[in-house]
Amino acid sequence: MAVTLSLSVNGKPVHATVDPRTLLVELLRNHLGLTGTHVGCDTAQCGACTVLVDDRAVKACNVLAAQMEGAKVVTIEGIAAADGTLHPMQAAFKECHGLQCGFCTTGMVMSAIDLVNRHPKASEAKIREELEGNLCRCTGYHNIVKAVQHGAAAMGK
Amino acid sequence: MGANEEGVIGKAVRRKEDARFLTGTGQYTDDVNQPNQTQAFFLRSPHAHAKIRGIDTAKAKASPGVVAVYTGADLEGVNGLPCGWLIHSTDGTPMKEPPHPVLAKGKVRYVGDHVALVIAETLAQAKDAAELIEVDYEVLPSVVNPIDALKPGAPQIHDEAPGNKCYTWALGDKAAVDAAFSKAAHVTRLDLVNNRLIPNAIEPRAAVASYSRADDAYTLYTTSQNPHVERLLMTAFVLGLPEHKVRVIAPDVGGGFGSKIYLYAEETAMVWAAKRVNRPIKWACERSESFLSDAHGRDHVTRAELALDKDGKFLALRVHTVAAMGAYLSTFASCIPTILYATLLAGQYTTPAIYAEVTAAFTNTAPVDAYRGAGRPEATYVVERIVHQAAAETGIAQDELRRRNFIRTFPYQTPVALLYDTGGYDACLDEANRMADVKGFAARKAESAKHGKLRGLGYASYIEACGLAPSNIAGALGARAGLFEAGEVRVHPTGSVTVFTGSHSHGQGHETTFAQVVAGRLGIPVENVDVVHGDTGRVVFGMGTYGSRSLAVGGTAIVKAVDKVIDKGKKIAAHLLEAAETDIEFRDGKFTVAGTDRSKAFGEVALAAYVPHNYPLDRLEPGLNETAFYDPTNFTFPAGTHVCEVEIDPDTGVVKVVQFCACDDFGNIINPMIVEGQVHGGVAQGLGQAMLENCVYDPKSGQLLTGTYMDYAMPRADDLPSFKVGTKVTPCTHNPLGAKGCGEAGAIGAPAAFMNAVMDALAAVGVKHFDMPATPHRVWAAIQSAKHA
Repeated sequence: MAVTLSLSVNGKPVHATVDPRTLLVELLRNHLGLTGTHVGCDTAQCGACTVLVDDRAVKACNVLAAQMEGAKVVTIEGIAAADGTLHPMQAAFKECHGLQCGFCTTGMVMSAIDLVNRHPKASEAKIREELEGNLCRCTGYHNIVKAVQHGAAAMGK
Repeated sequence: MGANEEGVIGKAVRRKEDARFLTGTGQYTDDVNQPNQTQAFFLRSPHAHAKIRGIDTAKAKASPGVVAVYTGADLEGVNGLPCGWLIHSTDGTPMKEPPHPVLAKGKVRYVGDHVALVIAETLAQAKDAAELIEVDYEVLPSVVNPIDALKPGAPQIHDEAPGNKCYTWALGDKAAVDAAFSKAAHVTRLDLVNNRLIPNAIEPRAAVASYSRADDAYTLYTTSQNPHVERLLMTAFVLGLPEHKVRVIAPDVGGGFGSKIYLYAEETAMVWAAKRVNRPIKWACERSESFLSDAHGRDHVTRAELALDKDGKFLALRVHTVAAMGAYLSTFASCIPTILYATLLAGQYTTPAIYAEVTAAFTNTAPVDAYRGAGRPEATYVVERIVHQAAAETGIAQDELRRRNFIRTFPYQTPVALLYDTGGYDACLDEANRMADVKGFAARKAESAKHGKLRGLGYASYIEACGLAPSNIAGALGARAGLFEAGEVRVHPTGSVTVFTGSHSHGQGHETTFAQVVAGRLGIPVENVDVVHGDTGRVVFGMGTYGSRSLAVGGTAIVKAVDKVIDKGKKIAAHLLEAAETDIEFRDGKFTVAGTDRSKAFGEVALAAYVPHNYPLDRLEPGLNETAFYDPTNFTFPAGTHVCEVEIDPDTGVVKVVQFCACDDFGNIINPMIVEGQVHGGVAQGLGQAMLENCVYDPKSGQLLTGTYMDYAMPRADDLPSFKVGTKVTPCTHNPLGAKGCGEAGAIGAPAAFMNAVMDALAAVGVKHFDMPATPHRVWAAIQSAKHA
């Protein structure tokens, strides 16, 4: 048995036929080759697989691809401008050294974009609370928080 | 130092590697896929200790999509996984080294031990087949705590290690210590547990192994901090393969913290199997497997005693530690609680006599090995907790007691084997005090008290031995390998440069820092230098990344290679400029005849080396490509003082870190932005250990109770404050960069600073000590028991 679905990924239409148990992250990584979305825990606790689904941050390891019928999915590969100019949040992470090994980074950036969309003027405490679902083992979060503040300011311009 | 070097070195150059990490175009091992690849799944032991009476794989082999199923019995001629460091017991006998089979043979010894490798077309098929493997276990009693493991009558884990003892090792002058204690004015005693931790790099371990029948050669992509070491151990010691026929690639690696140093069973079995199935095999560890099977860290039980004279001068330190090894000896397990622990017990102090005795015990748990800091956090925790306790008991101020005992004359020979080359401990302590506004602490404490809160201030003045390591010294101490590093500087005809380093970057930013080092020395733009690492097929050799060694050792190898390039460049320039070689100076990217304005740019010399039409071919080879190996002459000794301030709600036991200040001396700094990031991350891991993290096995069943992120509390963004980070510099005296290393300092200083702050806050209610992590429950319970004492 297979499931057929249509969705948009990074602005492009996708038609896929998948095993019903296929997770969104598996669709992205294995079927579409979008390996920027990472799997860190399989259980929705680390946030490395965070993508935007209809503009809200979603952990792609915790939803089925089949649930994505008609959805608008955006991954880390889809947020920079067509000419390669980084999204303000990506640029902020680079500027503030908000990443080290890079593994949690892609999910962290997607969560940060959602966070700023919902709370454009979030305080440090609010940012820390909102990032509670994304684990980073390298940075101690210090520079991630700075990057989100920096990115929020740039996104507001 | 030329103008360009001044312009590049010490600058917060933004990282070159970020572009790919921020756009999702990094390539981690799990992102690698090979044509026609199969998927691997490892069947693991559900028992902590059991005999395997039989394994029936027939149903699994017949399951849909299954390509092969292998058990320990299939791995004929495959040796066990080796341990790279031989420790001798005090009686002169070598440590007990029981076999560490790649797949279990006859027995399983921890939950998660590898029983079978299932290879199938899909992962789901491999998992389904694994469920069909029938293993006939005879469950045996297990023991998970190292103290219990050493008790008479404890379950015997290995026949080769009676009483579960791996070794009892000692360092220092016992008689001198005993004599000092007998004349002490004051003795402070402390029993401590250094809690077991699970490293939890966010990228789980993974591997892709393939075999080419045409070349009789293997390629292994794996999550490794040191691919050359992995290849050497795997080929020479375990699989008996020709080293040149195995290429190990550690591409982008998502954090290591020690856990990706070791040769593990999984990738070893997969390389072996790749030839048998003659297809690529892929495996990606699930997080639950990672909890079970990555090497864990710490797990010490210690009794420490500090003798002081009437003025608070330390006379002697006596330490007895029992350290868990887990079920098998991991690659560097044996040296962590010995060579990397007891040698650090002098700390920053002039304590004239120190004696440490360490007993290592096998337990029915995952193997224990280096985790960020590796022995040095454990040593610092012992020293700095007992110094705190001694200050509390003698009424001497925390910083004052430290100052009274600081080493101030260098080089300084400690009583525990190390020779500190340089340091400036007062400067870091003074600066940390300033950063932490210690003068204002009393007022802040009073303000907290008004709100019913307890406020405390804790110090940790740590030292670490980094830049691992002088090979001859390490060899004398039991190392079975060299600990040098290799670097190659390949100048291209147009003057741009590719650097090949044996160090591996998995978050540390080598691609930027090393490019700065080379660009600065050659006087060329950072953009003209790229750094390659993590591939035995491209990099000449390497011992890899651990022990905060990359810049001090790996960076020095690169500097030496650069200097060879400059030396050869001078010869070429002398020819081109028709001058004597001794008259050529290299500065700011130009070879100049001294005292003249006649010069050749670096790029012109590079071009001449590759287009040698006008070239001294009779005495000089064309090309500009140099390799250097560097073996350090001593360890480096980063040191500093961390000051933590906490506020505790006595009604709930909740501890809030209100401020954390770190002032560190890492020697010269190439990129301060990267260094600060390393400190932040280290401090977060140290605070994680002290506040939240604790690996717990059920003492009866041996099951891992903290096997998910729901049970093992990782520090999250809202658990931590922002940090204040500062540096003081005394350059390392024995490497040309003057660099000491910065990767582990945070994890070394933070646990003691935090726990000392907690004890300082709780002193008012009569609490003196409890063990990490200071969870609300433990804090509350300590307050209650002090109340009722």
